[in-house]
Amino acid sequence: MRGLIFCLIFLAGSAHAAIEAYEFKSAQMEASYLKLIDELRCLVCQNQNLSGSNADLAKDLRRQTYEMLMQGNSPDQVVQFMVDRYGDFVLYRPRLKRSTLILWLGPFVLLGLVLAFVIRRMYRMQKLVPPNTDALQRARQLLSDSRE
Amino acid sequence: MRYRIPLAVFIIMVVLLGYGLSLDPKKVPSPLIGKPAPEFSLARLGNPQQRFAQEDLLGQVWVLNVWASWCVSCRAEHKIITRLSEQNLVAVIGLNYKDDPDEARQWLEQFGNPYTISVMDRDGRVGIDWGVYGVPETFIIGKDGLIKYKHIGPVTQESLNNEVIPVLRKLIG
Repeated sequence: MRGLIFCLIFLAGSAHAAIEAYEFKSAQMEASYLKLIDELRCLVCQNQNLSGSNADLAKDLRRQTYEMLMQGNSPDQVVQFMVDRYGDFVLYRPRLKRSTLILWLGPFVLLGLVLAFVIRRMYRMQKLVPPNTDALQRARQLLSDSRE
Repeated sequence: MRYRIPLAVFIIMVVLLGYGLSLDPKKVPSPLIGKPAPEFSLARLGNPQQRFAQEDLLGQVWVLNVWASWCVSCRAEHKIITRLSEQNLVAVIGLNYKDDPDEARQWLEQFGNPYTISVMDRDGRVGIDWGVYGVPETFIIGKDGLIKYKHIGPVTQESLNNEVIPVLRKLIG
């Protein structure tokens, strides 16, 4: 167990090992940079973001991100630059548009369907068990008997 | 028929997952198809005083093949690109991506040079503009300067015959 925890800590450390030492004009710019490289996907390794990847392309795209921010581009402009070249796939957080509607709304639709199904089921089960009037009568009888 | 709905859900899932298996996650659709070819002007490999810019070929159909001497699948693709350029259909421009010029020249000497011209993109900036993420990549640019087709990964004989050549013939008209 201890070994496993040690491994996990080690892995968590290496995921952010590939960061170059860039100097920023402001803390805010640095925060935007870190957020951007967290949200942009490295296309070579596909399941890593730019900050977690050691691939050459990830390095180049980090440099590109840094330079664009330093030149006064907004984070949105950097994202647009990447999307223009690599498509929506570079975004870990897909944009809300017609082709991604199912992605954003699908889970809620599914949840709604399941809830409707469960509620209907419960409602029906309640109906399925008709109150047994004889037994109820007897129970009341017994209760009032014991109280006397 | 108690299990009609679970069965239907199961079948739908099997069909969707089966379809998912047939997709290649490495093939990301390029947003550049139908867009103007990104501008560049780069020094030529083996002749760095001369530059080549993509405007030089405006009005022509041409092919841009991204390659590098460090790229193993470029070696596999090399003979296919050679076949393409032997057909003399269009200019085949090589974008030598993030490579050492000496090693690149040596590579061409060793395997043969299929390119009309090769240009050097040493720091990969032009590659970023063209959305390159997996060398080799092959683009076809039309007479209007728009990107018409993109192939990611090595072009095989099959994709040369079934896609690249037909697209080129159609564009040349």
